[in-house]
Amino acid sequence: MNVELKDLRIVEEAKRPLSMNPKKFALWLFMMSVIMLFGAWTSAYLVKRADAGWAEIVLPDMFWINTGIVLLSSVTMIVAYFAARRDKIKWLKFSLAATMILGISFLVGQYYAYVEMVSLKEHFTGSNVSHSFLWILPAVHGLHIVSGLIFLVVVLISAFRFRIHSKNMNQLEMCATYWHFLGGLWLYLFVFLLLNP
Amino acid sequence: MATTHTHTNIDVHHHDDHEHEHHEGNFWTTYIFSQDHKVIAKQFLITGMFWALFGGLLSVIFRLQLGFPDMSLEWLRPMLGGWITPEGKLDPEFYLALVTMHGTIMVFFVLTAGLSGTFSNFLIPLQIGARDMASGFMNMLSYWFFFLSSVVMMSSFFLETGPAGGGWTVYPPLSALPQAIQGSGLGMTLWLVAMALFIVSTLLGGINYITTVINMRTRGMSFTRMPLTIWAFFFTAIIGLLSFPVLFAAALLLIFDRSFGTSFFLSDIYIGGEALTNVGGSPILFQHLFWFLGHPEVYIVLLPALGITSEIIATNSRKPIFGYKAMIGSMLFIAILSFIVWAHHMFVTGMNPFLGSIFMLLTLIIAVPSAVKIFNYVTTLWKGNIRFTSAMLFSIGLVSFFLTGGITGIFLGNSAIDIQLHDTYFVVAHFHLVMGSASFFGMLAGIYHWFPKMFGRMMNEKLGYIHFWLSFVGVYMVFFPMHYIGIAGFPRRYYSFTNFETFSGFTDLNTLVSIAAVFTLTAQLIFLFNFFYSIFRGKLASANPWKSTTLEWTTPRLPGHGNWPGEIPAVYRWPYDYSKPGAKDDYIPQTVPYSETPESNLPHENEMIKLETSGGHGAIVVEGEKH
Ligand code: HEM
Ligand SMILES: [Cu+2]
Repeated sequence: MNVELKDLRIVEEAKRPLSMNPKKFALWLFMMSVIMLFGAWTSAYLVKRADAGWAEIVLPDMFWINTGIVLLSSVTMIVAYFAARRDKIKWLKFSLAATMILGISFLVGQYYAYVEMVSLKEHFTGSNVSHSFLWILPAVHGLHIVSGLIFLVVVLISAFRFRIHSKNMNQLEMCATYWHFLGGLWLYLFVFLLLNP
Repeated sequence: MATTHTHTNIDVHHHDDHEHEHHEGNFWTTYIFSQDHKVIAKQFLITGMFWALFGGLLSVIFRLQLGFPDMSLEWLRPMLGGWITPEGKLDPEFYLALVTMHGTIMVFFVLTAGLSGTFSNFLIPLQIGARDMASGFMNMLSYWFFFLSSVVMMSSFFLETGPAGGGWTVYPPLSALPQAIQGSGLGMTLWLVAMALFIVSTLLGGINYITTVINMRTRGMSFTRMPLTIWAFFFTAIIGLLSFPVLFAAALLLIFDRSFGTSFFLSDIYIGGEALTNVGGSPILFQHLFWFLGHPEVYIVLLPALGITSEIIATNSRKPIFGYKAMIGSMLFIAILSFIVWAHHMFVTGMNPFLGSIFMLLTLIIAVPSAVKIFNYVTTLWKGNIRFTSAMLFSIGLVSFFLTGGITGIFLGNSAIDIQLHDTYFVVAHFHLVMGSASFFGMLAGIYHWFPKMFGRMMNEKLGYIHFWLSFVGVYMVFFPMHYIGIAGFPRRYYSFTNFETFSGFTDLNTLVSIAAVFTLTAQLIFLFNFFYSIFRGKLASANPWKSTTLEWTTPRLPGHGNWPGEIPAVYRWPYDYSKPGAKDDYIPQTVPYSETPESNLPHENEMIKLETSGGHGAIVVEGEKH
C-alpha cells in the first residue's frame, strides 16, 4: 500500500459510459426482431389485400374471448410484479401461476378459434390466400406464446425457490416485459385483422 | 428473507471471481464449445474460409462451362458423377444449382457469417475494452447454429436431385414447384431449413454485438471514441436485426407454399398444359419481402469491410482518419437508406413507373454517402506516411473496387437504363466488384492486420504482396469484361450461349474471364499456405506490431480468457491520434490521458483536463506505470 509519491500521477477521469442491464437490453432487441417478423407478415397481408381477387375473411368470435384472456393475464402479471416488489412471495407465486393458467387457456382458446374457423369455411389451403393468412398469423403468434410460457415456467420455479424478491427483480421484470409484449402483439394482430378483413 | 439475500450476494461475487480467473477448460470447452469470443471468432473464420474455398471451386466449375463450352469435363466425373452427362458435359440443371449455391454460400456463409462472425466477435470486446461478449452462451449458440446450417446446406450436395437451383434469390414460382426443376425438390427444402437456422444464428450474434457495444464499454469509451470498426459492426448488426426476420417471414410462407399447398406466391400456373390449383398468390410479393432483406443484406456484407478498411488505412497512413464523424454519419445514412431502396431490384416487374422513379431517386441518393466514404479514404491516404503492409494493400484494393462497382450502380439505379441491363452480366459485374470483391478484400485485409493478435505470429509480408497483386489484377480481369458482355445484353444464369450462331458473340471474352477466374482462385492458395504456415511457424509478433492506438493492442501477445490480465484499461482519447504535432511518437494509444501529453494537446483538450481537475472530483490518482 505504500506508494511512493513519484509513482503517483493525476489524470483526468475516464467517465463510465451509460449502460443498462445487458440481458434486458438483449430482450428488447429480440422483441424488435419479432416486431419486424410480424411487420413483414402484416405488410404482406396488406399488399396482397390491395390486389384484385381478395376474399374477405370472417373472424371467429372466440378471438374476442381470447383477447379478454390475454388482457387478464397481463393484469395478473402486473399483480405478480408488485407482489414481488413488496416481497409478498405467496401472492407472487399465486399470480404467476394464474398468469400461466391464463396463458395456457389462451392457447386452448385459440385452438377452439381454429375449430370455429373451419366451420366458418376459413380453410388453410384450397381457397383464397386471405384465409391462409388468417391461419398463419395466430399460429405463429401462438408459437411465441409458447416461448413466453416456457419463460414463465422458469420464473415460476425461481419464485418457488425464493429467488425472486424485491432485491432480485431482473428475471421477473424481463418475463413481465416479454409477456406484455406478446399480449400487445396479439392485440395488434386482432385489431389489424378487424380493420382489414 | 435474509438467507435469500446473502445467497444472491454470493452468487454475484462468485460470478465476478470467475471472470478474472484464468480458467483452464478441457479440450472440448476450450476449443469446441468455447464461450470465449476470440475462439468463437476463429471458429467463424475457419468455417468461413472453408466455405470461401468451396464456393470458389463451384464458380470455377461453371466458368469452365461458360468459357470453354466445347471442353470435355469427363475428368470431373469421379467427383461429380451423374452431374456430368454421358457426353462429358455439365448437366444444365446442375449448372443452375452451382450458380445458386455459389451465390448463397458467398453472400451468406462467407461474407455475412465469415466476415461479421469473425471480426465482430474478435474485435468488439477487444476494442471497446470488455472481457467478453454480453452473453458468451448466446455467442456460442450463434456459432453452432451457423455450423448446423452449414451442415444442412452441405448435405444438399449429396442428394440425388442436387442442391437448390433457383438462384440465390430463390424466386417463386420456380423455387416453389418441385416439378419445375430438380433443384426445386428436396434441395430447395434443405436450402430453406439451412437459411432458417442461419437467420437464428445471425440474430443471436447480432443481438449480442449490439448489446455489447452499448452496455459493456470500458471507462472513457464514449461513442465518439469508438473506432470506426466498432461503429461499422454496430450498424451492421442493427441492419441484420431488422432485415433478417423479414427473410424468415418470406421463407416460412414459401415453405407453406411448397409443402402445405397454400398459394401465397402462386397463381395461374400451367405445367404441361395443365393448370395448377393454386390461385390468388403473387410471386412479386415474394420479391418485395426478399429484397427488403436482400438490399440491406448487401450492406451487412459491405459495412464491416468498410469499417476494417477505415482502421487499417488510418493506421498505415499514420494519419487520423479524415472526417471521423462524417464516416459515422455516412454509415448511418447508408444504413437508413438501405431499407427504402429495395425495389430497385424490381424495376422490370411491371411496377408503377411513378413508384419506380421514387425508388430510383432514393437509390441514387446512396451514391452521396458512398462518395463521402471514398473521399475520406483518399484524403486520409493523401500525404500520409504510407506503410504498404499487406493489410493496407488489400484495403486500398477495396476502395478501388468500391469505386468501380459503385459507379455501375448509378447506371443500374436508373429505372430506364435498367430495362436494358437488368439480369445481364452487367449486374453480375456490378455486384461482384462493389460487394463481392470489395468485402472479400476487406476480410483479407482484416485477417492480415489482426492475425498477430489472433495467433501471436506475423504472416509473411512478401507472400502477402504477391497474393495481393495476383488477386487484384485477377479480380479486374474477371469482372471488368463482364460489363461489356452485359451491355451487349447477355443474360446471367444461362447455361450456354453457343447454341445459336447469332448469339454466339463474346466467346473470346468469356474464355478470358474463365481463365482469369481459375487464375484468381489459384492465387488464393498462396494465402492459404501463408495463413496456416504462419499460425505455426510465423515470426513471433510483438504486442503492438503496427504501432496502433486502439485497445486490442494493449493486451498481451496472446490475450487469454478475459483479455487483460489486470484491470481493463480506461480510455482517454479518440482512436486516431496518429502523427499528432508535438507528440513524441507518431501514435498515442487511447489509454494515454491528456494530462500526460501536454506537448501535443490541442487547446480544447487542455481545457478538458482543467475542467476536470479543478472541480476536485473528476481528477483521479492512479499508480504510476513503473512499479
Ligand atoms: C451507388 C450505389 C449503388 C447503386 C445505385 C446500386 C444499384 C443497384 C441496382 C439498381 C441493382 C439492380 C440491378 C438489376 O438487377 O437490374 C443492383 C444490384 C445489386 N447491387 Fe447495387 N447499387 C449500389 C451499390 C451497391 C453496393 C454497395 C452493394 C454491395 C455491397 C451492391 C450490391 C448489389 C447486389 C448484390 C446486386 C445484385 C443482386 C442480384 O440480383 O443478385 N450494390 N444495384
Ligand atoms: Cu440493392
